[in-house]
Amino acid sequence: MPEQIIHTHELPNGLTVVIEPMSDVQSAAFCFLIPGGSAFDPAEHGGTAAALTDWITRGAGDLDSRDLSNALDNLGVQRNESTGLNHLAFTAATLGENVPAALSLYADIIRRPQLSDEEFEGAIAGIEQSLRAIEDEPQRKLMIELRRRCYDAPWGLPTEGSLEELARITAKSVRAHYDRCLRPNGAILGIAGCVDIQEMLALVSEAFGDWGTKPDSSMVTGPRGERIGHIHHDSTQTHIGIAYDAIEYAHPDYYKAWAAVGILSGGMSARLFTEVRERRGLCYSVSASLNSLKHEGRVLCYAGTTVERAQETFDVTLRELQRLGDGIESHELERCKARAKSSLIMQQESTTSRATSIARDWHFLKRVQTLDDIRRDIDELTVSGVLDYVHQHPARDFTVLTIGPNPLKVEEA
Amino acid sequence: MKFHQTKLANGLSVIGELNPAVHSVALGFFVRTGSRDETAAVSGVSHFLEHMVFKGSDKYSADDVNRIFDEVGAKYNAATAEEGTLFYGAILPEYLPQAFELFANILRPALRQEDFDMEKNVILEEIGMYDDQPSFTAYENLMQSHFAGHPLGQSVLGTKESITALTCEQMRGYHRDRYLAGNVTLAVAGNTDWAQILSLAEQHCSSWPTGTCGRVTHEAKPAGGLKVITRPKSQQEHIMQMTPAPSAQNRLRFAAEILTVIVGDHSGSRLFWDLVDPGLAEAADLDFNEYDGSGSYMTYLSSEPEAIADNLARIQAIYAEVNLHGIREEELTLAQNKVASRVVLRSERPTGRLSSLGGNWIYREEYRSVGDDLATLRGITCRDVRELLDIYPLGATTTVAVGPLESL
Repeated sequence: MPEQIIHTHELPNGLTVVIEPMSDVQSAAFCFLIPGGSAFDPAEHGGTAAALTDWITRGAGDLDSRDLSNALDNLGVQRNESTGLNHLAFTAATLGENVPAALSLYADIIRRPQLSDEEFEGAIAGIEQSLRAIEDEPQRKLMIELRRRCYDAPWGLPTEGSLEELARITAKSVRAHYDRCLRPNGAILGIAGCVDIQEMLALVSEAFGDWGTKPDSSMVTGPRGERIGHIHHDSTQTHIGIAYDAIEYAHPDYYKAWAAVGILSGGMSARLFTEVRERRGLCYSVSASLNSLKHEGRVLCYAGTTVERAQETFDVTLRELQRLGDGIESHELERCKARAKSSLIMQQESTTSRATSIARDWHFLKRVQTLDDIRRDIDELTVSGVLDYVHQHPARDFTVLTIGPNPLKVEEA
Repeated sequence: MKFHQTKLANGLSVIGELNPAVHSVALGFFVRTGSRDETAAVSGVSHFLEHMVFKGSDKYSADDVNRIFDEVGAKYNAATAEEGTLFYGAILPEYLPQAFELFANILRPALRQEDFDMEKNVILEEIGMYDDQPSFTAYENLMQSHFAGHPLGQSVLGTKESITALTCEQMRGYHRDRYLAGNVTLAVAGNTDWAQILSLAEQHCSSWPTGTCGRVTHEAKPAGGLKVITRPKSQQEHIMQMTPAPSAQNRLRFAAEILTVIVGDHSGSRLFWDLVDPGLAEAADLDFNEYDGSGSYMTYLSSEPEAIADNLARIQAIYAEVNLHGIREEELTLAQNKVASRVVLRSERPTGRLSSLGGNWIYREEYRSVGDDLATLRGITCRDVRELLDIYPLGATTTVAVGPLESL
């Protein structure tokens, strides 16, 4: 692998810039994480941060909503805005030469949004539409509701809020969220691709250097939902969600946890796919993934299957999760390592995935791992190390949620 | 980037666009067979066969296939559509020989009865899974209605009944007839050398049976119509509409692509500003689908059922305005800038180049570099779009609705 250069710089106001110049690409991407995510939504006002994420791009600086959108399109910016638990996330990718102009537009969006009354209604109506759409898609609904049941509030709450909460949100309350939460201290800007470090640093200082800090925002905590549950839906399939405790990204054993989940669900030779789909033909879709917050993590599993096979699918899936501690073959771990190595190298072909990775690393670790660092950690994994992890963090005390025509028997959970 | 092409003695087309600056290599076997090439008796066989390929050959078991792909860290998959079945993977260059050998070997699958019986369950589950996705239900029904009586109206997945009735022997026959060397294009993009590709192709594909397959490609003349599928408990109404557009062989397809960006891209388009931005609809998009000999514009609208009539009227008004007055220069420039950036970003990954490389070859036996695509894009004029609209105006020949409404 060519040597990676990753430059990190913290502005006096606490905004951290992480830059990774990449050779052989014409594009560059950035990922901007700004404090003020949904975990900081006021009590019973879930969806406040989500409303801000939509509203904030509807006009900024001197440009109204349409002029701003046209300016970004003219720069060829492929963009995405999303609401995370901790941050509002803005990602953008375009040709490297257009990044300075794009960054300056994002400085307007983040620091000088118009947040005009006439644009507010459209933002809220859009969120209402997407909340209603989720009701028609049981698989999406399942994963949202599973999180609510396996994490305490606010960490398990849906970032989009609910229809009831949306009705309480006003332009005033969303502006208050902007004033209270969005700030440079704790903000992270990851930039990767065809860019020059010094040029980027100068631009970022000029655009964000005089952005004043704000105190930490408070959040409302609360209990999680029921551990075992069923939601009735006249769907063709029964959608099964299972969650159990794991560890967070910053934990020293993280790669062991990653390998444990990889052995269950990392590729088509992994256990869940093999046992549930290939050997028994129980479903089309079955998977498990590691989900990490800053201080805790879970394994989240999904399987979707027709009603008659749902109980067997659930039983077989649960058994596979539980028997991981009985033993792991060395070739299973080797395959996880091979897949990881290949993914790491291919990441270097995407400026967007590098920009996102370096910003995420800084959020979770307060440092950025080079691809070589990660490869070393992966290479050092051993079967006994992964098994020790599984014994320390066994799959048990499951949170189980099903959506479909009939509930399942979940006694052994 | 350097382009190479050849044809093996048995008729297999081999093309490669090599780029030493990237880290990986992508390969794809584009088999020119899909649901439009099926008879009613074997509806869904192309897609089912795509699954069965991964169940292995005489040399490899299903477990071997899954294991070896994971051992070499391949990112791989397959996809079946109306006109093609694609098997593809991205891999680090040092593992290309192994991944190539495996793909080439399993494309002559064993089609074992016990594997067939087991995988049939998975296919039925896949049909069930899509049934729970209203936009997919709308698409499936739209294709059947719009292309009724034309091969493009044949379902990719098949039905519960057709899959249940399908036999392994029928699938073997279909494979024997359709997976002929002359009906397959092998495309490779990324970091490798041409001599290696040639030698791998000769070694592993030269024994494939020769032959090509015909396909009737007359342009569809849809009669149009309306189909309403009522799901009383749904929240949102999903509408899909189609109307004829240029085919994959028609030079007007470039104008059609840019027109749909201007009128119906997911953001910054006329539909976006009129319906999505004010929150009247969750989604309102216009796409262009090109096929062998036919094409279609496809509109997708999702909104609250009460707002559907008004939203459809808005879309009709936009289309009528575009049909009458065409597009404006500044809209065209904006769309060109937007698409140019997409073309460049996509080209930075071998998998991004692979689909363009293979698609151009199987439809037109043509190589188009990133530079060619950018030059064509920049060369489109408002007059080209006017010419397109005069022949293929926007509209709603066929409509399908899925949701609470009982009528439209």
